[in-house]
Amino acid sequence: MASASSLLDVQGLTVEFETRRGVVRAVRNIDISLAKGETLGIVGESGSGKSVTSYAVMRILDRAGKIAAGSIRFAGIDLDKASESEMVDLRGREMSMIFQNPRAALNPIRRVGHQIEDVLRQHAQAGSGDARDKAVDALRQVKIARPEERYDAYPFELSGGMCQRIVIALALACRPKLLIADEPTTGLDVTTQKAVMELIVELTRERGMSTILITHDLGLAATYCDRIVVMEKGAIVETATSEQIFARPAHDYTRKLMRATPRPGIGLRDLLPDDATSTPIPPNAPGAPLLTVRGLVKEYERPGVGVLARVFGRRTDPAVLPFRAVDGLSFEVMRGESVGLVGESGCGKSTTSMMLMRLLDPTEGEIIFDGENIGAIPARSFAADKLRPRIQMVFQDPTDSLNPRYTAFRAIADPLLRFGAASGADDLRTRCEELARTVGLPVDLLDRFPHQLSGGQKARVGIARAIALKPDLVVLDEPTAALDVSVQALVLNLLADLKATLGMSYLFVSHDLHVVRLICDRVIVMKGGRIVEQGSAEDVLDRPQADYTRELIAALPHPPAAAA
Amino acid sequence: MTAAPIIKAPQRRTSARFAALSSNLAHARYVIGGNPVTGFAFLLLFLLIFCALFGPWIVPYDPLASDTSATLQAPSWKHWFGTDQLGRDIFSRVVVATRLDMTIAVTSVALVFAVGGLAGIASGFFGGWTDRIVGRIADTIMAFPLFVLAMGIVAALGNTVTNIVLATAIINFPLYVRIARTEASVRREAGYVMAARLTGNSDLRIALTTILPNILPIMMVQMSLTMGYAILNAAGLSFIGLGVRPPTPEWGIMVAEGAGSIISGEWWIALFPGLALMLAVFCFNLIGDGLRDIVDPQRRT
Amino acid sequence: MLKVFLGRLMTTIPALIGVVAVSFLLTRVLPGDTAAYFAGPAATPQAVEEVRKSLGLDRPLPEQFSRYVADLSRGNLGNSLTTGQPVLEDLKSRLPASAELTLFGLVLSLLVAIPLGITAAVKQGSFIDHACRAVATAGVSLPVFFTGLLLVYVFYFILQISPAPLGRLDVFASAPPTVTGFYLVDSLIARDMQTFKATLAQLLLPGITLAIFSLAPIARITRASMLAVLSMEFIRTARASGLGKRTIIMTYAFRNAMLPVVTTLGMVFSFLLGANVLVEKVFAWPGVGSYAVEALIASDFAPVQGFVLAMAILYIVLNLIIDLSYRLIDPRMGATS
Repeated sequence: MASASSLLDVQGLTVEFETRRGVVRAVRNIDISLAKGETLGIVGESGSGKSVTSYAVMRILDRAGKIAAGSIRFAGIDLDKASESEMVDLRGREMSMIFQNPRAALNPIRRVGHQIEDVLRQHAQAGSGDARDKAVDALRQVKIARPEERYDAYPFELSGGMCQRIVIALALACRPKLLIADEPTTGLDVTTQKAVMELIVELTRERGMSTILITHDLGLAATYCDRIVVMEKGAIVETATSEQIFARPAHDYTRKLMRATPRPGIGLRDLLPDDATSTPIPPNAPGAPLLTVRGLVKEYERPGVGVLARVFGRRTDPAVLPFRAVDGLSFEVMRGESVGLVGESGCGKSTTSMMLMRLLDPTEGEIIFDGENIGAIPARSFAADKLRPRIQMVFQDPTDSLNPRYTAFRAIADPLLRFGAASGADDLRTRCEELARTVGLPVDLLDRFPHQLSGGQKARVGIARAIALKPDLVVLDEPTAALDVSVQALVLNLLADLKATLGMSYLFVSHDLHVVRLICDRVIVMKGGRIVEQGSAEDVLDRPQADYTRELIAALPHPPAAAA
Repeated sequence: MTAAPIIKAPQRRTSARFAALSSNLAHARYVIGGNPVTGFAFLLLFLLIFCALFGPWIVPYDPLASDTSATLQAPSWKHWFGTDQLGRDIFSRVVVATRLDMTIAVTSVALVFAVGGLAGIASGFFGGWTDRIVGRIADTIMAFPLFVLAMGIVAALGNTVTNIVLATAIINFPLYVRIARTEASVRREAGYVMAARLTGNSDLRIALTTILPNILPIMMVQMSLTMGYAILNAAGLSFIGLGVRPPTPEWGIMVAEGAGSIISGEWWIALFPGLALMLAVFCFNLIGDGLRDIVDPQRRT
Repeated sequence: MLKVFLGRLMTTIPALIGVVAVSFLLTRVLPGDTAAYFAGPAATPQAVEEVRKSLGLDRPLPEQFSRYVADLSRGNLGNSLTTGQPVLEDLKSRLPASAELTLFGLVLSLLVAIPLGITAAVKQGSFIDHACRAVATAGVSLPVFFTGLLLVYVFYFILQISPAPLGRLDVFASAPPTVTGFYLVDSLIARDMQTFKATLAQLLLPGITLAIFSLAPIARITRASMLAVLSMEFIRTARASGLGKRTIIMTYAFRNAMLPVVTTLGMVFSFLLGANVLVEKVFAWPGVGSYAVEALIASDFAPVQGFVLAMAILYIVLNLIIDLSYRLIDPRMGATS
């Protein structure tokens, strides 16, 4: 495998962690080679060992982890045998790394310019005279506007995308030969995601650097990488070029992963593995309006504006006026329909769903559910309202939405107990088991606590709880955002089936246009608290009218087309 | 597939409960096994409880009886811990004092747990005026150096054991409020609390059945740690002459009584009650740390 | 910065009002005859009545409160029955002794606790780490008056290397000319090394006693917050960009870890001001604490109240200073205020 031109050559790498339950092998006997100027993607789901591999290469594994076997050769140096002081010299100068969650990756109480200077000085790339100029230059190279001002900024004063640019500037300041990017865009909005990826590609190409992109997103990897390594449970299952992976995935796991990745031009069932029973999803026949929203507004007082300023301040001053998180929304959801609410973070989609769920009171506007204006009922007293069972919700984070002290059974039984829908303990048990079977949760898992369940199982418990009272409307708040793609594929199909069999309507809140396309009949695009566009899913996604929608769609990764 | 599970259900549920319980026990065993100090602390605790319950019946001498023929005797087989200026047996006095010291600590901690814990949950969960009033009270208490405030309270309310209990509870109030408030307000936004709202639970019900049980473990840790502080506080007050009065055997007073004799070399009068005090506080602090490891392995320090 | 300072100063007002109100409650509204308290145990019924009149205790409560506040604003805390002096004067003359002792103890404990906590966190699981954990648990379990007595027994009675635990200076030495009221500082100003040494000798044992007491919480929080910071993502970034161990620990981790430590100092001061009372009693230290204890024993109520109020105000000021220094370290605080 190792050729003369390879920059990094990993042979038989095995990484072990010492834990309470004994030694865990996080990475098992893997080989990776990276040529000069090449971009390599390492793709895998959570627990695949992809991040651990990169930490091992950088030799920044935490205390419990150690390289148990194998060799890592970088530019002719045996990294696995290098001393810590040799490594300190290499890191940042020859090989750099950027991380997920850029804001946390920067020292919160040090000016970003100083953080860049620290790296420059450490590697003797700058002295005290020219450090500031070089740091500003590094900021300019990552296309930060007004770099002299930003030099003095603290991370909390900058946006997430801006912080990631700073982290990139920090990593590339000393012109290393290798950049490892560990989920560099996870958690960023799609438009920012695109800008950051393009910046990385441009800078690394310009400098002839090699790059390793670690991601869970096969689409992202295929768009930006020359070659892809697919990892599962600590081992490499397949290595191939991006085109090959998409055209002729050789390994079963790759095939499964690839199929499960939402992309244009496929149906929900196409996400599932071949052998899954694929009964077609029954078509939808949307009926009369179930939910009508008119002129919905939510205002928040700006923090730090004193009472006096509120009373006496000029009402036109935008710094004093309350902040409008949701600004005059009007839309409808029909019976049996599934509507997608799409937008980037801060667009007001979560606030909207909280108001529709009657967990938050609107400032203005009507929420008419089945002919009744439920917006007028205070959130506090809605818990006891007769309409409460008919509107339910599935939450974004399945772990956070389950009471850690309730078993799965108790969580699913909670709505049945509160609304007295069960007669006696046996009936309750029977109905919970029925619900568990409906959502595909093995009945013998009902007596487990949340920490004993996997992410997908927890998501199913959350869904079972939401449908227990046979609601008419279910708000799904990014229900699959915290799940691995293969689990996401199963949950999305389950949701579609449930909707068809139970005749519910969905309001599907999401930032992921690919997912929305698969599951929604209609799409509403939000920005800055307002609707910029709404219409049928095909119209909005294939023939967008608003500039903002076009921008969102253009920002999606476009992997090479898949063979049928 | 449909009939069988219903019959088996209860059995399986108990077995799952049992499994959960035994996994908790296993975790506790792991923590104690990994940290024999915690095991030692529990032994000490049993000793303390034993002395508190049966102290007066097991001691060799009457703790109040003075013996002018045997004053200021160094420790010997006859008097294990020696005798004081009045010839009273220090061992008997140290053992008998356990009950009073423990009672003060337990009562004041129970009081502040009930009042401060509930006030904190209400404050964190409901917010608004409840939060403002509770917060203001806690802030006002916090504005004083706590031991100094306790001195002031006992001096003003009168020099009794009840007032020591009260003062100890009052100065711990802000701590309990703050912990319960933080934990409750974090959980107020948790998904499972919103989910409980959606399934029709009232706010009060959520506070008591969802928030309280989730906060309880953290509060238990705090209770153990405050027990030690309460004992120290009460002993400190009686050391400067507040609360318990002579000749009642109490550790703080006994150290005060022996303080004058230290410079003339009679170390045993102050040493043994002081050691008892130290071990009791040490014991509760160790148990608190041990409980923290069981409750929250991540916050292990 | 001035604006921040003034803003923070404003927030101490509710605390001050609270402290005055509580102190009024403690004096006037409690069960029992307040006049009898203030007149002292040996007073005749006429004397009690006189005190009642002079304190205005026969007036309605709101009027009593406004009179109380008016008295306070004039610095009138009443007179001590034991010394016959105004309480304010007594407190003023004794405060430097207490302040010198408390600060000395605090500095000692910071000098030991912070390096200990940092080393323990950096070398997690090492001998130092275990020592730090042991010190942290044992330290908070030691009753401060008991530690003081043990030290006296060992260093004065057995080893005889320490002077008698009887105040700030032994009877044969004379106090340096007053400039700051701190004998250590004043004797240095007067270039009187003999007095300096004598002062230090007296200060050492009570200072160490206080230091042992406050060592535990500071070492514990330093270790914990250092561990927390070391596992944060920006430390990983710093490692990945090749910064040296020293830079990472001192510039990156330590400054961030100091934030919780500074916050904890508020609690430490609360402990110290209380522990001070006990230590002063043990070492016959002529500070405000032993003044209050003597008054307590004599059932002389005005000095006790004055002491409680003075300590509360001092504590509010200390918290203000702590808060402002926190803002100096953490730029995020300025943005939110």
